Amino acid sequence: MTGHEVAEERRGFPFGTLILSAVAILGLATVLYRYINGLGAMTDLSDGRAWGLWISFDLYCGVALAAGGFTLAGAVYIFGREKYHTVIRSAILTAFLGYTLVILALLVDLGQPWYIWHAIIYWNVHSPLFEVAMCVMTYTIVLALEFSPVVFERLGWHVPLKAIRSIQIPLVIAGIVLSTLHQSSLGSMLLMMPETLDPLWYTPVLPLLFLTSAVAVGPAMVIFETTLSSRAFGHKLSTDVLAGLGRAIPYILGVYLVLKIGDLVFAKELSLAFSDNPRTILWWIEVVVGVVLPMVLLSRPSVRQSRPKLFGAALLVIGGLILNRFDVSWLALGGRLGYDYFPHWMEFAVSAALVAWAMIWVIVANRLLRMHEAAPEEEAEHHPAPTTKPAAGRPTAS
Amino acid sequence: MPKGVLVDTTKCIGCRACQVACKQWNGLPAEETVNRGTYENPPHLSGKTFTKVRFTEIEDNGRLQWVFTKIQCMHCVDPACVAACLVGALQKRDDGPVIYDKGRCIGCRYCMMACPFGIPTFEWWDRWPWIRKCTLCVNRWPGTDQEPACVAACPTGALKFGDREALIEEARERIAAHPGKYVNHIYGEKEVGGTSWLYLSAVPFTELGFPNLGEEAVTVNPARAMSAVPPALVAVAALMSGIYWLNKRRQRMSTARAGDHQAKEEVTK
Repeated sequence: MTGHEVAEERRGFPFGTLILSAVAILGLATVLYRYINGLGAMTDLSDGRAWGLWISFDLYCGVALAAGGFTLAGAVYIFGREKYHTVIRSAILTAFLGYTLVILALLVDLGQPWYIWHAIIYWNVHSPLFEVAMCVMTYTIVLALEFSPVVFERLGWHVPLKAIRSIQIPLVIAGIVLSTLHQSSLGSMLLMMPETLDPLWYTPVLPLLFLTSAVAVGPAMVIFETTLSSRAFGHKLSTDVLAGLGRAIPYILGVYLVLKIGDLVFAKELSLAFSDNPRTILWWIEVVVGVVLPMVLLSRPSVRQSRPKLFGAALLVIGGLILNRFDVSWLALGGRLGYDYFPHWMEFAVSAALVAWAMIWVIVANRLLRMHEAAPEEEAEHHPAPTTKPAAGRPTAS
Repeated sequence: MPKGVLVDTTKCIGCRACQVACKQWNGLPAEETVNRGTYENPPHLSGKTFTKVRFTEIEDNGRLQWVFTKIQCMHCVDPACVAACLVGALQKRDDGPVIYDKGRCIGCRYCMMACPFGIPTFEWWDRWPWIRKCTLCVNRWPGTDQEPACVAACPTGALKFGDREALIEEARERIAAHPGKYVNHIYGEKEVGGTSWLYLSAVPFTELGFPNLGEEAVTVNPARAMSAVPPALVAVAALMSGIYWLNKRRQRMSTARAGDHQAKEEVTK
């Protein structure tokens, strides 16, 4: 607990939280404007480009970047890699916040958000988007349940705590199953667009590419967020944990790379990667900077043992994934003739606000809850982090 | 018997009576547009315009030629929008039309993204926006002797309403009767699995702004992926349970060897 106390004096970031709060509130105002004036008034979306920044960033990137939740839960509870126990709580929280943001973003993006519940009563089981909707809904509930012990523990509610703990393994398995379906279904959605998605990206194995790239970015996201939060909140974290995560990434990226290139070779379409289409550059950045480079870097022990280098390599993986999702859902997807699209500033404001809200909740959770789970034997002692109480509520107020 | 419309672009004179008739029948407002240096107006289909005549200028033996092509929802045989719509707001009727039920729609616009012809439009300006598109006048002809409003308004016979199969036959006959007049291609017969609207032309369709589409329905790959979902669900669940069980078993074996201390740790987890 001494680590906590030292950090207490160091932390605060009043300027940072001020900016976060400003962005979060501006976003709320923008959303209010949207409900009064309609989507046309505050987006650059059109019949020629019906999906924009929100779908690419908030949905496509948001879901993939939440993959840390199921990958880490799987590693710890199913594959028995106990050493990652220390970062599991923040991974689950990030995933839960990520999915909540996806739902909130959809409530802004949908033309008829007040009818979002129609997805529950009117089923078209042939629609990949139906699968997406079902997975978002159920997996958000699973994530809430997976995270709930942290809250129950803080509140001292032993009965629900015990109940959740007793179904922990089925919950984790459900989370993995739903994530597998969900990550891949976002790729299936694009299978409906063989005529508009650039053939360099369009392939029947898109669902598999989506799944493997999400699994790879899961540990990268955990490295990213725990590096940041251990600095901000002063959690002590053994380098061994993050280095271990870094070690796994090249293998997963390797599978992804083999699938991605192998598919082009198998379909005799590898020449597309060397065509003079300007989009080809995007593909090469994705593959070289986002996949090959981090694979090389993370297979070197010197990179894995250095916090800044490991962080940098994780950023490359995350950046590569974000570029990939932007490519398939926007940049490499042909729009209708005679239309242009560049996001309106209010679209940026909404996306930025959602990220700001997530960060605020991460700060709140780190101050109020015991996010840094101790090793299993310590856990039995169960102390609810006394130093966190006076700091309650400060992040949003300052 | 699925219905369809045959468009003989060589007979179209660009009068746009079909455009006006469509607006009248569907109660659609006029659109304010600016002069873009062409008679073609408005520039795009929209929530206020379900059909329009496209004016294409092409050069034929050094002479400028105008080709007029009416565009609207193609009412595909195997529609991408219907497969895409998660709430089933879009449906394909047995007699041809692809219809929209706004009582189900949530405004996700996946249909707009999925349509290979770029047809469905959205009421962007509205606080309560719906998807809009041609209905093939399904509130006009089934059970009556009426035709779609555009077909009824056409003064030259460029549009012909009838059974899709019969129209394909007729199109073949017209091409056979005047092989020099038409390109040997009925657009919509095979494109993305076939469409209810069929076109004949004197020039290749790619020159008229028609998308160059394959014969496979765009719904084939997503359907394949969706059919893999139930087995994937079972397989992943079984695999994860199996790995969990094996790991637990291995741990039990090793703790049995290591003694009591570690066994206690297992229990607290």
